[in-house]
This record gives sequence, structure tokens and C-alpha cells, in this order.
Amino acid sequence: MSDLIRIQIRDLNVWYGASQALKSIAAEIPDKQITAIIGPSGCGKTTLLRTLNRLLEETPGTRVQGQVLLDGMDIYGRGVDVTEIRTRMGLLQPKPFPLPMSIYENVAYGRRIHGLQRLDKGNGRNLDRIVEKYLRVAGLWDEVQDRLTAPASGLSSGQQQRLCLARALAVEPEVLLCDEATSALDPISAQRIEEQLRNIKHETTIVMVTHALRQARRLADHVIFLWLGELVETGPASRVFNNPLDERTRAYVSGDIG
Amino acid sequence: MTEREKREAITLKIRKRRQNRDRLARRSMTALALGALLLVPLIAVALFLRSRSVLVAVPLRDLIFGTEWHPTNGAFGFLPFILGTVWVTVLALIIAVPPSLLTAIYLAEYARPRLRAVVNPIIDLLAGIPSVVYGVWGVLTVVPFVGNTVAPILNRSLGAIPLFHNSNPTGYNILSGSLVLAVMVFPFIIAVGQEVIYAVPQGLREASLALGATRWQTVRRVVFRRAWPGVLAAIVLGLSRAFGETMAVLMVVGNVPKVPHSIFDAAYPLPALIANNYGEMMSYPNYEAALMGAALILLLIVLAFNLAARAVLVRWVRSE
Amino acid sequence: MRRRRAQLEEALMKGLMLFSAVAVLGSLFLILGTVIWRGLPAMNLAMLTQTPKGGYYLGKEGGILNAIVGSLYLAIGGTVVAMIVSLPIAIYLQIYGGRSRLTNLVRLALDVLWGVPSIVYGAFGFLVMLGLGLRASLLGGIITLAFLELPIMTRGMDEAISMVPAALKEASYAMGATRMETVFRVVLRQTGPALLTAVLLAFGRGIGDAASVLFTAGYTDRIPTSLLRPVASLPLAVFFQLAVPFPAVQQRAYASALILTIIVLATSLISRRLSSRLTRHIIR
Repeated sequence: MSDLIRIQIRDLNVWYGASQALKSIAAEIPDKQITAIIGPSGCGKTTLLRTLNRLLEETPGTRVQGQVLLDGMDIYGRGVDVTEIRTRMGLLQPKPFPLPMSIYENVAYGRRIHGLQRLDKGNGRNLDRIVEKYLRVAGLWDEVQDRLTAPASGLSSGQQQRLCLARALAVEPEVLLCDEATSALDPISAQRIEEQLRNIKHETTIVMVTHALRQARRLADHVIFLWLGELVETGPASRVFNNPLDERTRAYVSGDIG
Repeated sequence: MTEREKREAITLKIRKRRQNRDRLARRSMTALALGALLLVPLIAVALFLRSRSVLVAVPLRDLIFGTEWHPTNGAFGFLPFILGTVWVTVLALIIAVPPSLLTAIYLAEYARPRLRAVVNPIIDLLAGIPSVVYGVWGVLTVVPFVGNTVAPILNRSLGAIPLFHNSNPTGYNILSGSLVLAVMVFPFIIAVGQEVIYAVPQGLREASLALGATRWQTVRRVVFRRAWPGVLAAIVLGLSRAFGETMAVLMVVGNVPKVPHSIFDAAYPLPALIANNYGEMMSYPNYEAALMGAALILLLIVLAFNLAARAVLVRWVRSE
Repeated sequence: MRRRRAQLEEALMKGLMLFSAVAVLGSLFLILGTVIWRGLPAMNLAMLTQTPKGGYYLGKEGGILNAIVGSLYLAIGGTVVAMIVSLPIAIYLQIYGGRSRLTNLVRLALDVLWGVPSIVYGAFGFLVMLGLGLRASLLGGIITLAFLELPIMTRGMDEAISMVPAALKEASYAMGATRMETVFRVVLRQTGPALLTAVLLAFGRGIGDAASVLFTAGYTDRIPTSLLRPVASLPLAVFFQLAVPFPAVQQRAYASALILTIIVLATSLISRRLSSRLTRHIIR
């Protein structure tokens, strides 16, 4: 585990219309670790996650103030290309949304839209092999290798979410954002996703939002605890779960509230 | 009878009366609803019965494929009118679909809600303008523009191609008819197109954007791929609307009963045929029957397109 | 590298989209502009208050009062007749019909009727008139317009009634009211403004339509005094007088077009205002 900081959040404020959803958030996301954002519902976890890949601004009426530094560069700075940021940050959504194309095309989508497949060819990389690689990483290859051209909508929920994982990883992001990625899945599929996340964290920094405390305990190296839009506590998982500094943290992680 | 029995009798009578009223209301409303159900077949049957005499007098093949239209001699060849309708309608759609779809995409995917709330009502206004007013605009603006500007230019540059060859001294031609018709169809395709695009779930867009796609890439590769049956249905609905449009086109299209060969030829669509000749139709045998037959053809074509488009739309919306 | 290409593509498409939207809106303003440009100079008090004199092909004097009054009679008549039929059908669909097959079929039939071209309604109306022994007349026009407006009005009313929350209807039934009583005392009161909007929408469509009254209402220079005589209408006033090579007659056509457009736009605006204003008081 490295000691580097991948993302730094400084004085982040977010408004939905007139109501403020996030208040002066300051936090750090360590590199190549799994950071879990936890807290009771409505506390702003998903909002915080979506400011990281600037997907929040797609919702009309939202306003963001503050800085989010990715490797030292403020993603909200002037002249920053949003699509570039989003390529460096992958996203797994709560419900799987396979694109309306074949399994192969889903995984290849990211590379195609960035014209990377031509660059790959120049580097001697084969798109077929890239697709296979990431389907393996997502733990889906064995199940789909003989029907790559079949529509992705034919897969089960769990398979679809793994496909979305392969799709997100295929653009080789530096950070993977997981927004309650297993909440819509059956326990077995959820477990398989968790396994894959553990496998990839050595290459990809992971930030996950979850309302399942047990999942956070299982997976997290680092924790951010939000309460009603404010950051209450943050630190290494072992400390936050076992020796929380704040009373609210203690109450939440012991299941007394939320 | 005791007081109590008297009261109960009255209450029972009142309740019976209320139930009877309800039953009567229900029966008459059901009857009216059934009437509405029967109205379309009724119209078709009435037109068919009225056109029977010409169907008997002239073989069907001559009616549909014949090119001679001389009611005084009993010649009723509908081909020029059918083709005229097809030319004007198809060209109108070619002109209308790209701007309409682009506008629908802009409003649904790019515009802010406030802009949408201002623009959509204005576009709806277009839909409410009466057909004859479109005709006036067509006569005053479109016909001179096409006749004096577009036709000479295109004839000079592309006149070798029969499609663009101009032998018509006026601007009363298919192109003028199609331009007017295209504007009439805009609000339709824009409205249905927007609805269809909204039906695509937001999560799908987010999935694409999160991978770093631009908004247009998302629209083209994801939204459109998902929404194309609905868009097609919207276009077909616009087509069926254009088919039946009468007055505006009639006023600018020239009304010459010949098979068209160029967009600058005058044409004579079916609705215009019916509208122009209703006054004389009683004067010659079978004339009225022929015009009723034309109305029947129009009804059947519009019906077919309408039902097909709605079937596709319903099934597609359900699958979203 | 490819990113720049994608951004260029995005900018280009945005430009095209904006251009299309402007073209669409621009055509609207062009149409309204033409109508006002030609219609406004033709407007004066005589135009609005007199009927054409000296036969309408050659007459230089007089105005379009015949068409204005005629259109109002036709459209109001047609709308009232349509209301008598549309409201019960809409109530049937929403209150009595439920999810049955018949209800879906009726809704489909209404959708289909909505798409029938107005010239077909005109031809059908003509046949109905013949069947009833009528000649081209105010009554014939009213009947045909009623057919034309029926699907539009019923659909609007259907939607209006569907907005009444089920809980409200249930509260009434729970107190032992019959369905009909619930309709009158609860539903209609709630949906009043929305129903009115549906009526106005259909009215606007009916008053502007030419193809349906062409066969069935006839034309005349006079103000109608009987249901059985022919009647002038604004759309036909435009249609017949536009092509006549006398400028004075054409002036009447432009004036008719302007008045018609004003009436239709005003109806549309009023119905929009109504529905937004009065729904403030509705329980949701």
C-alpha cells in the first residue's frame, strides 16, 4: 500500500437549488486503496462521489464551489476538459445500465469513443485482447466468451454489473468510483463484485459509497464518514471502526443510529 | 304503517332511484362510447358504399394505375393523384425530418428546462395555425421564392437531372407544396421526438458520460440506438399527418393532373382533387363516386400508417 | 488527439441543432409576419362590421362580417354538440370503464379518429347531410365540425379527468355515493378548468378548418339567420377570395386570415393561462 494521496478535496460546497447538500468538505483519498464513504441516507454520500467525476453538473440546478485536486490538478479549474476527467475516473452505478449493444461493444465502447483503438493498433495492442483482458478482470470472461456478439441486455443483473465493471476498467482509469454498486444485486453476485474490487485495488484507486456497514468493514482501507452534509470523521478504517474519535461516528458504526 | 316503516320505505325508494339513475347514466355512456368505436368503420363503409358505382364501372387496375382523368368521358385514372401525393409528402418529410429531429434532440438533451419551457409552447403555436393561413403564407412567400429564386438556380446547375429540371413557369409546384407541408409537420415530429428521447433512462446517459463521452457521442451511440424505433414511429406519424393535409398544399402545388417527373412540376394530390371538385361532382355520372373513392383511399392509407406507428410506439414505450 | 476531434464534432452538431431550432422558430415568425403584414393594412371598421356588397367576386365594398359571424356560429355550434358527446365518453373511460378491453379499444378508436384528415370528415359529413335530406347549411357544417372536434375534445377531457387522484374518488364512494353522483359533485368540480381547456382546444381546431366545411357549410355573403341556409366561414373566406384577381377582394382574404389567426392564437393562449391558473386550487 502506497502512502500517496490521489485526490484531495478542499472546502467543497454543493447546492441543489437553494438547499445546501455538502458543507465545507475537506478530505483526502489515498492512492491505490479502497476508500469507503459511509453515513446515514441523505447525508450526501452520492453527491460527494458525483462531484469527483463531475457527473453532478449534469443534473440541472446544482452548484459546486471548492476544489477537487486529482494528482494536484483542480478538476473544477478553468479550461479543464470534463471528458478527460471522466476518462480518468470510472463509475459503477447502483443499477447496472448496459449500453444497447453487444457484450463486446460494451467493453470496447470507451476505447472506441476516444479513438484509442487506433492508438492501440499502433502500439501493437489488439482490441480483442483488451476486451478479453477486462472481461477476465471483472470475472465475466468464462461465462460470455462464446457469445460476445450477443446483446448485453440478455445477461442477468449480476452479469450486467460485472460487464459494467469491465466496461469502466477498459478505459484504464486511475480511480474507480462505486456508487452503491452491489445494492441491487443478489448476495452471490455482490460477493463476486467485491472480490474483483479487492483484486484491482493494487492498480486502481477505489472510492465506494455504501450504506451497508458490513460491506465497508470488509473492504475499506480508508473511511470518510458524512453526517447531514458535513464531514464528521475520516481516517484509516481500523481506527474509524474500532476507535472512532467522534460520538456520532461511534453511534453509527455500532449500529445505534442510521 | 308505523313511522319507522314509513321512513324505511322512503329511504328504500330514494336508494332505488339513485341506483336507477346511475344505471341509466352508465348505459347511455357505454352506448356513446361504443358509438365512438364504430365511427371509423362507419365512415369507411359509408364512403365505400357511395363509391361503389365507379368501382363497378371501372376495373380496379385502371382506377389505380390509369393516368387519364376525364370525368366527362368516364375516365378515372387515379395514378397522377396518388403519385402527386407521394411526391409532395415524401419530399416534405425529407425536408422536415432532419431539422425537426435536431431540434428535438437539442431541446431534450442540451437545453435547460427553462429554455425548453419557453420554446415548446412557441413551437406548439405553429401546430395551431390553420391550414388556410399556411396557404396564404405559401402563396405570398414560398411560391415567389421557389419560382423566382430556387427554380432558376437549380435548373441552371442541376437541370440536366430530370428531377431538377424546370419546365414550369410559375412557382406553383411540388417543391412549394413540400416546403409548406414540411413546416406544418415540424411541431409534430419535434413533440413526439422529445417524448421518445425522454423515455430513455437517465442512467444510460450517465453510463456513457462517465466513460468520458461527449454529449453528442452519447446521443448518437447510446440514446439514438435505444430510441430509434420510437423516432421512426414519430416520423411515420408525421407522414400520416402530412398525407391528409389539404388546404395549404392545394393552394401552392399547381393542381395539374399529370404524373410528376421533377420537383418543379405541378402536382395534384388526392386531398386537393377532392377539395377542388366537390362543386362539380354531381354533374357527371360516377364523378361523386370517384371522389368518395379517393376519400376512402386517403382514409385507408392514413389509417394504416397511424395504426402501424402507434403499435410500434406502444410496444417500445412498454419495453423502456 | 481524438479528443479534439470529438470536441469539434460536438461543437459542429451543436451549431447544426441551434440552426435547426432557429429555422423552425423563424418559420413561425415568418408566417405570422406575413399574415400581419398583409392583413393589418386591410383592417378597418368597415371590414369588421359589414358584409360584402355587390357580390363577393366583384364587390369592392363591405367587409367580412358574414365570415366572422358564420365561423363563430359554426364553431360554437360544433363545439357544443361535440361536448354533449365527448363528456359522457370521457367520463365512461375514466370512471366506469377501468382497465377493460373495451376501454382500450375505445381509446384506440379515438386516437385513430384524431388522425383522420379533415377532408375525409368533410366527405363523410356530406354523406350524412344527404342522408338527412339537408343541403349545404349551417347545420351541416355544425354536424361535420362536431365529428372533427370529437376526438380532440374527448382526449383532452380524458386526460383532464385522469388527473383526479384516485383517493378522492374513493373517499366519495366510501361514503356510499354512486359513481354518477361522484362525477357530478366531486370530479367535475375538480376538473372544470382542465375540461374547459379541452373544449377550447377543440374549438380552436374547429374554427380554423376549411376542408371539412367546404362540402357541408356552403358559402354566402349574408349573415346566417337559419340553420338550414348556407353560411360563410373565415377559412373559406380566405380560400375563395385569395385567388380572385381583384385587390379589394383579396384584401378581404387577408383580413380574414388575420382575424382567424388572432382568434386561434387567442384561444390557445387563454386555454394555457386557464389551465395554469385554475389548477392552483386543485387538491393533489
